Amino acid sequence: MLLAEELRHSFGSVKALDGISFRLQPGQTLAIFGPNGAGKTTLLKVLAGLIRPQHGRAHVEGGRRAIGWIGHQAQLYNQLTVTENLRFWASLYDVRVPEDVLARLGLEEHASRPVGALSRGLVQRVAIARALVHNPAVLLLDEPFTGLDRTAAETFGRLLGQHAAAGRATVLVTHNVEEGTELATDVAFMRAGRFVHFAPRAGRGPEQVGEEYRRAIA
Amino acid sequence: MRSPELLRQAWAVASKDLLIEFRSRTAIVSAAMFVILVLLVFTFARDPTAVAAIDLAPSILWVTLTFAAVLALNRAFQLELENQALDGLLLAPISRSSIYLGKLIANLVFVGTVELIGVPLLALFFNVAVWPYAGPLALVIALATLGFVSVGTLFSAMTVRTRVSDLLLAVLVLPFMIPPLMWAARATGPLLAGRPLSEIAGWLKMLAAYDIVFLALALFLFPATVNE
Amino acid sequence: MKLLRAGQWITGLALLLLAGVYVRALAFTPVERMQGLAQKIFYLHVPAAIWAETAMILVGIASVFYLFLKDPRLDRFAAASAEVGAVFAVIILTTGPIWGKPIWGTWWSWDARLTLTLFLFLLYMGYLLLRNAVSDPGERARFSAVLGICGMVLVPFIHFSVYMFRTLHPMPIVLKPSSPSLPPAMLATWLMSLGVFTLLYVGFVMQRYGLSYLREQLELAGDGGRGRGEG
Repeated sequence: MLLAEELRHSFGSVKALDGISFRLQPGQTLAIFGPNGAGKTTLLKVLAGLIRPQHGRAHVEGGRRAIGWIGHQAQLYNQLTVTENLRFWASLYDVRVPEDVLARLGLEEHASRPVGALSRGLVQRVAIARALVHNPAVLLLDEPFTGLDRTAAETFGRLLGQHAAAGRATVLVTHNVEEGTELATDVAFMRAGRFVHFAPRAGRGPEQVGEEYRRAIA
Repeated sequence: MRSPELLRQAWAVASKDLLIEFRSRTAIVSAAMFVILVLLVFTFARDPTAVAAIDLAPSILWVTLTFAAVLALNRAFQLELENQALDGLLLAPISRSSIYLGKLIANLVFVGTVELIGVPLLALFFNVAVWPYAGPLALVIALATLGFVSVGTLFSAMTVRTRVSDLLLAVLVLPFMIPPLMWAARATGPLLAGRPLSEIAGWLKMLAAYDIVFLALALFLFPATVNE
Repeated sequence: MKLLRAGQWITGLALLLLAGVYVRALAFTPVERMQGLAQKIFYLHVPAAIWAETAMILVGIASVFYLFLKDPRLDRFAAASAEVGAVFAVIILTTGPIWGKPIWGTWWSWDARLTLTLFLFLLYMGYLLLRNAVSDPGERARFSAVLGICGMVLVPFIHFSVYMFRTLHPMPIVLKPSSPSLPPAMLATWLMSLGVFTLLYVGFVMQRYGLSYLREQLELAGDGGRGRGEG
């Protein structure tokens, strides 16, 4: 579903990606943990096609239409309402806004408020709705839990579970091991543009993964 | 890419921009106020006994419209930088050309609105008869506007990412605005003096050539301003 | 770096030859009957003008190829050519009025060729300002390529529109279709000067190219202190 081959990319003298290869099958959720500056965001941007890698290639089955993306920023227009934002992004994919998307994220009562007037957590929920609006086959998530409270995080976790159950793939990037592990089928640790660990989670819990992560990064 | 698809997507981008514009209205009201103020500056800065208004009108019209347009052009892409919406546009399955065309349409509507406000005011303040020549004058203005807004939209996609975006855009785009501006001003003069349309056909052809060349060039070059 | 050294040699040689051409122009070339001694600037003015315009065309061509090939050498060349073009434009804009005062009786006239050069100067300055304002090397190269191509395409439009003003400038006398109307001695001096300016352009561009190459190497070699200080 998703393929990365020998990806290399540097900004000036900084090697953001230094030879990354992996592939994801339907149903897999890869959680990538790494400290700031490890190249996680660059990797996601390369996978999404926002950055053309200087070396290697990234391929997502189905192309841009198949990708759902949540970045550091919400990619929403502050002056437009929640509904207007979703309608605009859906129109770019030539689809209608799924009727239940607002309900699933608990956004119904905020539908006609401008995004600029919402709290950080609500904006993040709209950003999630935005990424799901065209029912993408591959989700690329960059620190998606930022600003979400416990309930919203649980809701989001459930959504990702449904996504995986439907035979779709997810790449999740975060520096927070506790949040990411539960959702993952596979775990990778990233440091200085490389995977220093890449393996199925195989029943490991957040504590065990966290322990291994600290040892691998130290 | 089939062209109806291209236009549909371009219109989606443009109508979103215009909706945002309509919501806040700050930019369009500011631009209209700016035009009124520049016209007032001209009114009070000229010696009415020295030069007849009819001789000065084309220059005043084009100076005013040029500066109003330059001020308005950065806005379109500034919108996309807030919350990194541009990444979303680039990721969506739409062509780069439709993003450019969408921005171009939104800018044209914006600048066109400012011109619709500016021209009658010019007629009013300087007592110039515009109405009898409204059709041909609209044609001249439309041709000139299309040309420099095409170039300006392309450049603004680059300058918005710099620190001094407004000033830099003005410095980059003004040399490109001067030729069409000159032809338009040359065409406006005879027009307002009631000369036949055939007299300005040459200027109109120049403007049309400029529009075609730079619109095509901008469509070709725009992807290079957004692709990494 | 070899290129930088070679560029310095060529520039040095060109400057020496320029002095030689000047001696020849002043002492061994007949004084033009109508314009007198002021005509001597023609040997400096016209070759510089030709190269100021050619440099813009070369910036544009290098930019087109850059967008297709993404080769940083093309970007470096375009930047060097723009810098040298800007210098040549400044030469014309300063020497032009010196010539204009005794001949036209005014320092500045909106003469076609002077206006064209002024536009070229503005284009070069915009190009260099844009380069200066963008810090990411890849983005800088793409942005300046876009502007460079637009600049190249604008040149014929400016050319056309400035010649629509009635021009005060002496019409082209060397490159006109019929045989040159310049006396052989003057023509020889002029051609020599053109050759010298070509050499100057090449020498300057090689130096600027070499310098920017060195700077990039410095930036690459571990956040070189100078690179950061300048950024």
